[in-house]
Amino acid sequence: MSFSSLFKGKQTHRDPGNAENADRGIMVFENTSEVIQAENFLKREGWEVKVMGPPPEIQSGCDLIIEFPLIEELNILRMLEKKGIPPLEIVPVTSPLLQPVNLFHVKDFGEYLMVRAANMKLTVEKTTGNIVNVSGGGCPDVPYLACEMVGHTLAEAPSPREIGHTLCGYALQLAFEEIQRQCSP
Amino acid sequence: MLAIVGTVPSEGFPLVSGEIILEDSHICICDERISVNRGTMALMAAAINTAQTLSQPAPFGYLVGDIGLGKGSRTLYKYVTDHLPHSSFQTLTFHYLQPIVHWHERLQQSLQKMKERPTLIADAGFMYAAKMSGQSSLYDLFTPDIGELAFLADEKAPHPFYTRGFILHDENLVPDLISRAYEHNNASRFLLVKGRQDYLADRQGILKTVDNPVEEALEAMGGTGDTLTGIVSALIDSGMAIEEAAVVAMKTNRLAGHYAHPTPATRIIEVIRHIPKALSEVLKERG
Repeated sequence: MSFSSLFKGKQTHRDPGNAENADRGIMVFENTSEVIQAENFLKREGWEVKVMGPPPEIQSGCDLIIEFPLIEELNILRMLEKKGIPPLEIVPVTSPLLQPVNLFHVKDFGEYLMVRAANMKLTVEKTTGNIVNVSGGGCPDVPYLACEMVGHTLAEAPSPREIGHTLCGYALQLAFEEIQRQCSP
Repeated sequence: MLAIVGTVPSEGFPLVSGEIILEDSHICICDERISVNRGTMALMAAAINTAQTLSQPAPFGYLVGDIGLGKGSRTLYKYVTDHLPHSSFQTLTFHYLQPIVHWHERLQQSLQKMKERPTLIADAGFMYAAKMSGQSSLYDLFTPDIGELAFLADEKAPHPFYTRGFILHDENLVPDLISRAYEHNNASRFLLVKGRQDYLADRQGILKTVDNPVEEALEAMGGTGDTLTGIVSALIDSGMAIEEAAVVAMKTNRLAGHYAHPTPATRIIEVIRHIPKALSEVLKERG
């Protein structure tokens, strides 16, 4: 991609209030070189991404951002981390100031402990650390993650960060980390 | 007839459509056989048991494999967008699909071409897509849990992962969250909210609550929201008004859960097995 097309992209701001952008996210990078590398890599892998100028709310990074399918944040982030070009920041296009959920609800059932992050719940048996249930969520990797994680201990189970793909998977990862913290001696 | 659109957590599972039956804890469709665990399989199993109890025909299913990469969901969106305008389903329930705004909009346009508008029910990822698209009011019923209700109530959040803290903090104030969801046009005609207490609401406010029997363990169990959506879908398709179907479904789901003697480790199939007995009792009590 030429630099002229990059800066042509920079001028194509979309209306942040428009519903058609609602499932898109923004990745902010340290410098333009990383933006180009990330864009080329993601396009090669088949993702629908666009290089654009940042909205005024974004105060960090360089003067280009990559717009991408927000729901698939976990998968894209994992791929970029493996490639050595992780973004500085990821935010929704429609509300760049929003932050991922950071509230956890913990419920003690006696023998079992449940942690909820956003719409995802993870329950373990306290004495064994065995994952006994995964509940909530709406993206298609939730039933998949449940199949892969239930029946394994917290130490043995694959983490949602490794095998999940969506924002629901990301929320389950936060619940997974929190319940590990709660269950650690 | 009721049609259910959703996904199977298996990457290689092909796109299939046809009548669904429940056999030995498995959903059977075309030549495929899928274990009932949670998600769309739990919804389908609950709908089948409900339809059977009411002597209604078996539901129709549209399924594809998707583990969160979205490829299967896109294939299914395209398929149903092409096929539904030529169908005559009375009730359509959309479930675990990757939330993709432009596909949601194309599907909505295709639904406008149906000869008779079906009752539209949405849950899980498809409900997220409806809210993201700003088209929630086109639906007759959403069936969120409390976390998803907070997402509907947050006009800025594109996904529950981004629900703002001050709204999540208000989860004990379900009526306020319901009001906020309607205020920003992010709710369907009716909302059925599953929680410690179940709520039926519309734009005017709370219409009915059900809080008995209480089984705390059900909150941890994956699939109890799916079964509720399956039960209410089949009841509505049988001709019951949405308000009545929602109340019968809330009571039936809770009673079936109670009969399963659940712990937080219980699997949803144990609840599904008790749906016929629970539904019969609720209908008998209703007279």
